Amino acid sequence: MDLRVRVRKSFGDFTLKADFSAQGKRLGIFGESGSGKSTLVNMLAGLVDPDEGEIVLDGETLFDSAKGTNLPPNQRRIAMVFQHPLLFPHMNVRGNLLYGWKRCAVANRQIMPDEVVSALKIGHLLDRGVNNLSGGEKQRVALGRAVLSNPRLLLMDEPLSALDDSLRFGIIPFLRDVCDTFSLPYIFISHSLVEMRLMADRVTVYERGRQTQETTPDGLARKRMGASPVGYINLLRLSGPQPSDGLTTYRWGENRLLLTARTDAKEALFELSSKDMILFKKHPEAISARNLLRCTVLSTFEAGNKAGLELRCGGERLVAEVARQAVAELDIREGGEVFAAIKASAFRELG
Amino acid sequence: MISFTPADMDAIRLSAKVAVTATLVSLPFGFLVAYVMSYVPFRGKTLLEVLLNLPLTLPPVVIGYLLLLSVGRNGWLGQYLDAAGIRIVFTWYAAAIASAVVGFPLLVRSIRIGMESIDERLIQASRTLGARWFDTLFTVILPLSLRGVLAGSSLMFGRSLGEFGATIIVAGNIPGVTQTMPLAIYEYASSPGGERMALALCVVAIILSMAILFLHEYLGRRMGRRD
Repeated sequence: MDLRVRVRKSFGDFTLKADFSAQGKRLGIFGESGSGKSTLVNMLAGLVDPDEGEIVLDGETLFDSAKGTNLPPNQRRIAMVFQHPLLFPHMNVRGNLLYGWKRCAVANRQIMPDEVVSALKIGHLLDRGVNNLSGGEKQRVALGRAVLSNPRLLLMDEPLSALDDSLRFGIIPFLRDVCDTFSLPYIFISHSLVEMRLMADRVTVYERGRQTQETTPDGLARKRMGASPVGYINLLRLSGPQPSDGLTTYRWGENRLLLTARTDAKEALFELSSKDMILFKKHPEAISARNLLRCTVLSTFEAGNKAGLELRCGGERLVAEVARQAVAELDIREGGEVFAAIKASAFRELG
Repeated sequence: MISFTPADMDAIRLSAKVAVTATLVSLPFGFLVAYVMSYVPFRGKTLLEVLLNLPLTLPPVVIGYLLLLSVGRNGWLGQYLDAAGIRIVFTWYAAAIASAVVGFPLLVRSIRIGMESIDERLIQASRTLGARWFDTLFTVILPLSLRGVLAGSSLMFGRSLGEFGATIIVAGNIPGVTQTMPLAIYEYASSPGGERMALALCVVAIILSMAILFLHEYLGRRMGRRD
């Protein structure tokens, strides 16, 4: 994807200004509701006309107010997955899936229905009416429908925010895998930092109609750590659960972690806040926390009145936070060693 | 036992023919007008709205008279039709046109209610999936506003069955040619000894109207089940 956007749009006293160019396959647009990010994607898709500016995708001008160019949505080949599935209620699952596919020029049909159906695991739903599907199934069908229209670019406008947590994180692998499998570039719009980190490589931040930062999702998470009430959320992919004395151990890199949370899956994603770790300079002999990890300090960074520490333990990375004074007292420096204590109950499974 | 005269049977048949024709001919126009009023922004929409609904509030006699002025032999439209050898006034066409004009606002209103209940984002979704506007019109908007189309058609059909004021002026009351059921009832009711026949035709009108309403309910329910 090579996208160049310079647009302005006013509604009443709200003005959205966007000026950016984006390359790569996984772009994120992050912002609170009312920041103008939905307006921006609607302008990309051709559903809302900018007051002025231009939008160029892969060398083709989609909109140019100076030249009077404005391609209608059906000619842009930009598909959307919306917050709600918006499946056509008068068609069954198959009818919905093939709606865009049938309207796609034969020469552009690179992605085939059978492949998408099996990637999304919706083969058993094809003849069902769409009103009897669960929320997660509906969103998978909506994703399949968008992908099958063989777009140049897929816009995902808060596609997970209408789902509850367990479904949300169940859909993310589908979103990523399908786009990866068919090498489909996408723009992922969300107000959730965790979703953004799971979905995007680069992220553009919008606040009140203005673009304020262009960074990586992780960089954004670190920057917001100081102000965030939940700190920095570490995302840990843990595998091989084994029961152990009422708790469960999981493999994480070269270490095994003890958790109170139990899951049936062989591999699962857990979150761990930077606030839920206590750091020690030396090995404490006995503590109540069930996990004590020997870590190497990779780097430190400032976040408000706190300090963030990027640690490496057992081949994996972890971000912890401490008060600034603690950095001096513990004599924390890059390359130094610390011990991180984590309670077994501090991990929360996502999905 | 009541037996209908051939003229009565003609009146019943003609009423049905006029109502069916008026409804079927109006449907595509009604659908397009409803689409334009629901989705296309333009200047003067309020004025058009008022004009569209005018037949609802105008006395049908006024409509009949205005139609007579326009499609009559010397009317602004009639003179061209006359030159082309087409006569409208005092034929059953006139009755159908009168019914269509009077029933049109009911049709458009019902279809619009159906259309405006469609989630606009479904329409947007279909556009981003590659559908041109008329493709979206027939594959998303039409199927999703079918209930409105159905309701509008039955309302219009019912209104056409009962059309009297405009019809009598522009089509006249010629037995066997333009005399519809309401006109026949009017004639029986205003002639001595015609009460029984008037009542008998009233019963036929009631049966026809109920049949339409039952059909409407039945189709509406079938659609409801499909949803």
